[in-house]
Amino acid sequence: MRKRLYRVLVALIGALMVLMVGSTVAAQATETPPPDATAIQVTLQDEANKDAQGNPKPIEGVTLVVTKDGDKVGEGVTDAKGVAIIEVEELGKHVVSLDEKSLPSGTVLDENTKNEATVQVRFQGPNNRAIFPIGVTAGEQSSFGKDLAQNLRAGIVFALVLCLAALGFSLIFGTTGLSNFAHGELLTFGALMAWTFDQLFKTGGLATVSVILAGIIAVVLGGVGGYVQDKVLWGPLRRRGTGLIAMMIVSIGLSIFLRYLYQYFYSSSTRSVSQYSGQQREEHWYYLGLAFADREAITVLISIVTITVVCLWLAKSRMGKAMRAVSDNPALAASSGLRVDGVITNAWVIGAALTALSGVLYALTLQVNVFMGMRILLVIFAAVTLGGLGTIWGSLVGSLVIGLVYELGPLFGVPTSIKEVGPLLIMIVILLVRPQGILGRKERLG
Amino acid sequence: MDADMTDQTKTDTAQTGPAGLVGVSTEPGAKKPDPILVADSITRTFGGLTAVDVEHVEIQRGAITALIGPNGAGKTTFFNLLTGFDQPNTGSWSLEGKSLKGVAPYKVARLGMVRTFQLTKVLAKLTVIENMRLGATGQKGERIWAAPFKFLWGKQEDEVTNKADELLARFMLDKKREDFAGSLSGGQRKLLEMARALMVDPEVVMLDEPMAGVNPALKQSLLGHVKSLRDEGRTVLFVEHDMDMVRDISDWVIVMAQGKIVAEGTPESVMADQRVIDAYLGAHHDTDLSELDEARLEAEVEAEIAQEEDSK
Amino acid sequence: MDILDILRAALQQALGPQAIVFVLAAIGLNIHFGYTGLLNFGQAGFVAAGAYGMAVTVVTFDAPFWIGVLMAIVAPLVLAVILGVPTLRLRADYLAIVTIAAAEVLRFVFGAVETKDTFGGSNGLNGYAKPFQEANPFSSGLDLGIVSFGRNDLWSLTVGWALVALCCLLVWALMRSPWGRVLRSIREDEDAVRSLGKNVFAYKMQALALGGVIGGLGGLFLALKQASVVPSDYSTLMTFYAFAALLLGGAGRVMGPVIGAFVFWFLIAGLGSFFSQSAGDGGWIPEVIMTDTQASLIRYIMLGLAIMLLMIFRPQGIIGDRREIAIDGR
Repeated sequence: MRKRLYRVLVALIGALMVLMVGSTVAAQATETPPPDATAIQVTLQDEANKDAQGNPKPIEGVTLVVTKDGDKVGEGVTDAKGVAIIEVEELGKHVVSLDEKSLPSGTVLDENTKNEATVQVRFQGPNNRAIFPIGVTAGEQSSFGKDLAQNLRAGIVFALVLCLAALGFSLIFGTTGLSNFAHGELLTFGALMAWTFDQLFKTGGLATVSVILAGIIAVVLGGVGGYVQDKVLWGPLRRRGTGLIAMMIVSIGLSIFLRYLYQYFYSSSTRSVSQYSGQQREEHWYYLGLAFADREAITVLISIVTITVVCLWLAKSRMGKAMRAVSDNPALAASSGLRVDGVITNAWVIGAALTALSGVLYALTLQVNVFMGMRILLVIFAAVTLGGLGTIWGSLVGSLVIGLVYELGPLFGVPTSIKEVGPLLIMIVILLVRPQGILGRKERLG
Repeated sequence: MDADMTDQTKTDTAQTGPAGLVGVSTEPGAKKPDPILVADSITRTFGGLTAVDVEHVEIQRGAITALIGPNGAGKTTFFNLLTGFDQPNTGSWSLEGKSLKGVAPYKVARLGMVRTFQLTKVLAKLTVIENMRLGATGQKGERIWAAPFKFLWGKQEDEVTNKADELLARFMLDKKREDFAGSLSGGQRKLLEMARALMVDPEVVMLDEPMAGVNPALKQSLLGHVKSLRDEGRTVLFVEHDMDMVRDISDWVIVMAQGKIVAEGTPESVMADQRVIDAYLGAHHDTDLSELDEARLEAEVEAEIAQEEDSK
Repeated sequence: MDILDILRAALQQALGPQAIVFVLAAIGLNIHFGYTGLLNFGQAGFVAAGAYGMAVTVVTFDAPFWIGVLMAIVAPLVLAVILGVPTLRLRADYLAIVTIAAAEVLRFVFGAVETKDTFGGSNGLNGYAKPFQEANPFSSGLDLGIVSFGRNDLWSLTVGWALVALCCLLVWALMRSPWGRVLRSIREDEDAVRSLGKNVFAYKMQALALGGVIGGLGGLFLALKQASVVPSDYSTLMTFYAFAALLLGGAGRVMGPVIGAFVFWFLIAGLGSFFSQSAGDGGWIPEVIMTDTQASLIRYIMLGLAIMLLMIFRPQGIIGDRREIAIDGR
């Protein structure tokens, strides 16, 4: 019996993000005698609770449900050995989900870890194993200090990635005044592109740098996407003199349009860059000479470098200054000879590219799903309003605060299942008390 | 002696309107015989710049008072402060002895002081007659409970409409009755706004640049309308750049510069006042331009931008 | 390909209970946005407040049915006041963000494991609708040839469309009154209305509350019709669908939301049926291009596109008057 202890950084975009350490349970396949029929076989063991020989204790009486294409096709309960064999009728992709309520008391799933796994049923017979990247912590084992350290780490990663998306939003909002409800879809676009090109490269000669290459392409495509969007849609609308409210509603339409277009081509299943599930994940990362946990480090590094570069660029370069001038007062900028439209196009390209990068980093640290952008959109709104709509420094500070609140909230009484509530409530309160945000100037508001 | 005293008070009460302004001092903050609006030590700052700093001012009842001054003198801001659309940092002001400090704009209007706006605020997507009807006060049908039942407000609505039609006729807008207000010309919008303000039956009418953007043909009739307001016994306070208009119709002129009141007086005396010339041409108009304080200029421009954005 | 089938599916949806929910939500939005210019992106929150007001009162607190109905009206009202007092002073797009966030917060709280005892978690609440079902006077369903409704649906439809008719009547009566005139004026320019002595804040609050309560009635109806309330029903998509229906029909028109929601669901269901017949087994579109699942997505893609194009080219909707609408789409 092979035992693997997955150290997984799992997060559903905008919904959950958790670092699992130490006391995890690996659910894995065993060699239990099979029935004749085609079946999925799952074993649950509690890593945190070992017997005298150091073997993990099996978890009994946990309900597992198997679904295919959203329809329930089977259900099983783990026996005294922690094994459940669930018969299925056809081959193909199945989703095994674990009923958290049936876990024995004292054992809880690690906060918000995905409680389901996708199994490809390839064989007639019972050798289809469900590998759960599921973390379980024994409730009594977590100390506040450890939790704080974990959540702080998760919070910093989340905050930095959020920051990129918020920066993109701010650039576009600053220059155009548009509250872009399709901004989340820009992020999804980056993630999807990263995934697509990673799929393309990972088997060929470029396998060693597959993820990096895919990421770069995704960011470039994101920028191109921003350019096209501005040229085809927003630019003409601006020239027609379309009101901001009307544009905002157009952006809602665009967001719905794009989201379902993505779903059309990518379906609603959750994916991960370079075989996130299964052993290949780690092997793949060894290609890059990185241990798994380095993923976070890389994400943090890339984010900080990008943010610094963008800020310097805004502060020093001609275009950066022009952009700030347009944000400040478009009419004045236009009358002093700035090509406002060109500046706005630039803002779209850079804003979209930054957001795509944010999506790529999400895809790396978390998973890829066509709905990820929609889920994160309100958190981005929260971050930029907190800092002060349209101000660059504001969105940096706002993202950091929101990212940390998001992850640390649960430690201070916010129910973990509704972590989003924290940032949203903060945003509401900020809008009420200080609508110009922490760093915004009051004069900017009407 | 006693008889003298009563005589004195009698003349005082008789000193309403333009007649009362004869012989009033031309110093800033001069006392008027029958002030309807009094303001004391009003200041308003935007960032570092003091936009308005008025020590004392009185507006004579039943007269037309013009508020003039160079750009950025704080006239419109002062207007906003008096009507409750903006709150001053310090100071107190009152209408007929009733303090307006902290009173919401709509309550100021109900107390009898109605304003118009520099950039006309007609309700573009309502018809002219609907614009007018909106102005009427105390409408029963404006209460949500009564609104669904026409028999409760129908009669009053007819009265309101009659009054509106009369005003439209007076302001020569009756032909436009059913047009959308958005289709009116700039001058017609000014007229409509003035007519709509009269639907409130105000004691004091505050006009913010009534002549801006009005074509010359309409100007004369507008002037006539402003005068007719005074003839009805209303008090008019207006901000204006157009000196011809000021000279033509105002009984009293108050000059503001850099937030302060620098001079007051009849149009003739004000036009000749050295302080006014200084204010318009700059006190340093005979000194070297390079000595002007650049930082201050910049601050002024910023404050103006801020103000504009504030009023959006 | 069976055209009659497509037509049947489309009509069934457009007249059916689902459409009624959105008609009511859109009538509420029409008061907010179409007449007053308030950009409420949290209408789903008001609908949820209505539905949960009913369900929680009866299921969790064991109160009688009619108190539940009362609470379905009170809850959105309370929500409107809580949201309105601080937010109605904000700029339009800020109001949009606050309302959408508030609606999401509500949905999260309703669906949370921690509040399961009160709100039933992600499975929601049920078992309160019995008095409604028992009051059904119909002994059988209705078959109109092309569309047919079962006994329960027929009862829901009768109640629902009656509710819609009442609400339309109310909106019509209100909007021709001086009260409605003040609302439309606020939509144009608040400061002008203020300068004429009207308490703008009070009017906005009344509009928010009234529109919210009508949205809440939609929630009450949804709760009664499907005999259960589930938090996932009240996502932001519900708000956006209602907005789409309103824009389609024509904002600022009494019948706008009704016509809009009818056409909206007709198209959504019609397109759904058309593509599900076209794709998959026996369809003319090859599986490579479109599978069954993908076929079900086409209508939403077109919905997004439709919202964009409508807003750009015909912001007044089907029956609106371009000179009179709230938004400047130019």
